[in-house]
Amino acid sequence: MLATAIIMFREVLEAALIIAIVLGASRGIVGRGRWVATGIGLGLVGASIVAILAAEISSAFSGNGQAILDAGILLSAVAMLTWHNVWMSAHGRQLAAELSAVGADVQTGKRPLAALLVITLVAVMREGSEAVLFLWAIAAGGGHNSNMVMGGVGGVAAGVLVGFLLYRGLLRIPVRHFFSITSWLILLLAAGLAAQAAGFLNQAGLLPALGNTVWNTSHILSQSSLFGQFLHILVGYVARPSGIQLVFYVGTLMTILLLMRSKGGVRMARVGADEGTAKNL
Amino acid sequence: MLFRFMLVTGLIGAFALSSPAQAADSLPVLVIHGQQFEPGELALPAGTKLKLVIRNQDSLPAEFESSDLSREVIVPANGEVTIYVGPLEPGRYQFFNDFNRAMQGTVVAKGN
Repeated sequence: MLATAIIMFREVLEAALIIAIVLGASRGIVGRGRWVATGIGLGLVGASIVAILAAEISSAFSGNGQAILDAGILLSAVAMLTWHNVWMSAHGRQLAAELSAVGADVQTGKRPLAALLVITLVAVMREGSEAVLFLWAIAAGGGHNSNMVMGGVGGVAAGVLVGFLLYRGLLRIPVRHFFSITSWLILLLAAGLAAQAAGFLNQAGLLPALGNTVWNTSHILSQSSLFGQFLHILVGYVARPSGIQLVFYVGTLMTILLLMRSKGGVRMARVGADEGTAKNL
Repeated sequence: MLFRFMLVTGLIGAFALSSPAQAADSLPVLVIHGQQFEPGELALPAGTKLKLVIRNQDSLPAEFESSDLSREVIVPANGEVTIYVGPLEPGRYQFFNDFNRAMQGTVVAKGN
């Protein structure tokens, strides 16, 4: 039972942490709850479909279907996190200002609600499909499975609880620093997911490894330990990274930072111009 | 946009670098049977990119996972998958079944 609980906990953890960060980062955006909930619902449906079609997906693309699907899912999440962060770099200050005023909402710009939906959808779908397959396997295994089902449910609950605690923790950050901290969290999350995608594309033989072990810190912090897995999800920690994973990590980090700078810069310039006009009047 | 660009350049690079396909019958095979990996210690040549077949003969799905090899793949019940591995430095690489962590094995990469 405990073994089952731990496996389910690990499967659920990634989705729970991603959703917690995204929910935190989108604080103050009206309608986010509904969009995130829809994302979770669609994600569960998607997870079940992927689990049912597991055999077909595996044999697609000459046995590389799964890795290609995983890479596609991860890269779409990276794109959506990028959109979210770039939008926040233009509107975060305004959101923070309005958060201080009770009940205010932000109506400017194209709100990244679809991004919230896609991020939660893919996070739930990716990890959920493995969870569904696993539960299916123990259900089919028979024997002492009521114990195992209880373990599975316990594991899911524990994963959701950790996500909830992270979300509550984020909300304790003072509004002044809130959005710059969540921006950094999303930035590192996106870079880590991009590196994972690079790993899958390499696994499918579509990208060269550029060196399989650039460094090896397994003896300091194993990636399969719980803390190692935490860092893997949150900041993309890899104990034994390949060259291509580093390229994707740094490339994603730089790209998002540059996009945020350029958007944030435009806004600052406009504010400056407005102030100039005001002074002239 | 940049990601798409990165992906496309990466793909072009990959095709330029990928080694010629090996004959299917000479591929190394890792079998999952009776909730065990066979062989538990799989010898592979170091320094070359190769295809590895993972064949699941059990009626339970498995998830072959290795942070040492940075590989993660579901192997359906009574199914098989093919993954690329390497080029590896000589050494030992742990792997396990994420659906049954008691199931473990090691890839041993040896130089020629």
